[in-house]
Amino acid sequence: MIEVEHLTKKYGDLIAVRDLSFKVAKGKIWGLLGPNAAGKTTTMRVLTGYLPATEGKATVAGFDVFAQPNEVKRVIGYLPEVVPLYPEMTVSDYLSFVAALKQVPAAKRKPALERAISVSNLASVKGRLIKNISRGFKQRVGIAQSLIHNPDVLVLDEPTIGLDPAQIKEIRELIKSLKGEHTIILSTHHLAEVTQTCDGVVIINEGGLMASGSLEELTASFREKDRVILRLRRGHEDALTALRTIPGVEKVTRHNGELAVEWNPGKDLRENVSRMAVEKEWGLLELRTAAMNIEDLYLRVVSGGGEP
Amino acid sequence: MRNIWTIAKKEIKTYFTSPIAYVVIAVFLVLVGFFFYSALSWFNSQAIQMAQNPYYAQQININQMVYTPLFHNMSIILLLMLPLLTMRLFSEEKKTGTDELLFTSPVNVGQIILGKYLAALVVLAAMLGLTGLLSVFTFAYGNPEVPQILNGYLGLLLMGAAFIAAGVFFSSLTENQIVSAILTFGALLLFWILNWAAYSASGMWKDVLNYLSVFQHFDDMTRGILDTKDVVYYVSFAFFGLFLTHSVIQSRRWR
Repeated sequence: MIEVEHLTKKYGDLIAVRDLSFKVAKGKIWGLLGPNAAGKTTTMRVLTGYLPATEGKATVAGFDVFAQPNEVKRVIGYLPEVVPLYPEMTVSDYLSFVAALKQVPAAKRKPALERAISVSNLASVKGRLIKNISRGFKQRVGIAQSLIHNPDVLVLDEPTIGLDPAQIKEIRELIKSLKGEHTIILSTHHLAEVTQTCDGVVIINEGGLMASGSLEELTASFREKDRVILRLRRGHEDALTALRTIPGVEKVTRHNGELAVEWNPGKDLRENVSRMAVEKEWGLLELRTAAMNIEDLYLRVVSGGGEP
Repeated sequence: MRNIWTIAKKEIKTYFTSPIAYVVIAVFLVLVGFFFYSALSWFNSQAIQMAQNPYYAQQININQMVYTPLFHNMSIILLLMLPLLTMRLFSEEKKTGTDELLFTSPVNVGQIILGKYLAALVVLAAMLGLTGLLSVFTFAYGNPEVPQILNGYLGLLLMGAAFIAAGVFFSSLTENQIVSAILTFGALLLFWILNWAAYSASGMWKDVLNYLSVFQHFDDMTRGILDTKDVVYYVSFAFFGLFLTHSVIQSRRWR
């Protein structure tokens, strides 16, 4: 649905995005992840036709962003980082204006408006001036305007920024509910947002692609060792040496009263570890896999891990 | 066309839901009313004196004695007020980030510019149209020539249209509304007084400066002269302003 090939964007001498390529399949939610000034907003601005690229190609729903900008703009709904609101308009006037701007036919404008208001849960404020509504509602108006023409693709730049935890949860639920019908690309530097809402990620740093793929693919490819954490009632010293004797175990370390057992990926030694703990009567309290989470992944990639 | 109207309608609504249009129109009407009253009083006292002499009595002309100076005064007020009307058109969008909504919608830059331009023109037309009510007095007690008055209004409308185009252009240059207004006012004033420089110039330069002067073309129109040369001047002035706006916006996005 979204294809970016060798995209480069320069502002004078400054390279904001360099040779970026990624694909997002139809109906999926992808996160564009990276530290501040990584090039996330620039990438989104190029995709939505706000900025032209210096080099490269981008297609959205089969339309070339540069050759067919108006076709692309018709199928994209965009929530910029700074929500583009006119404070002196009421919520419904604003949404009607955006509907007309996005060329929703006059006859379909009213249902489109009603749908956007109900999906974004704005009914209680639809008659109020935008300048008088809360930050959370403003953000929802921003999402409503991106949805008003029922676009195939949604580009959301930091959709939960500046919201309180309850509002963040609401917006995430809203975004998840849009999956399937819409292909969504959202930028964020909240890692939890990615795990909770996204099917895959594109991690960029300093304008360049660091990694991209589904969360499972990425954690699998970046994981060097499989690791289990063991909590025992007694026999820690004994266990520290005994566990190393299990064929395949690379490393056993002790940390905060727990033991971490590591081995190379490809085999599963959990059964061996648990059997030994039981046989030696160490008093096994807990055995859990220490999966690589998105934080580990992100830090590894951004702090110079690069491609696996 | 539909896109232009969408933008224009929204801008007109913004003008009239905020105090901008009301304040601009009200102040304009108060000032024009004052000038009209002064001109009419002066005309009255002159007419009484002149009527006593049959030779002068024939020269009493309400168009020349009331409307011509009134149109000149109105043009000066427009010079001062139109930059305030146009200063927000692009500056505000840029400052608040709403330009991102406009430029990511399936609307061409030209349509956005024309929509905003049209909205300011509507406010100008309302300003001028409402001053038409003043003529009730001159028509009730005198017999001014209608074509000449309409010609003066056409001159004001054309000149205002040119001013607005300049305002739109300067608004596209900066996100600071005050800067936009000052630049517009400075540029318009310069165009206004270009003919002063023409007095000391000679040959081709004299003609060029006179042609470029906003005032020179307007002066003819207040006297009831409708010359295509003047119309072409104002239309091309406006076109050039809008064309420059288009170039500025496009170049900023491509930079």
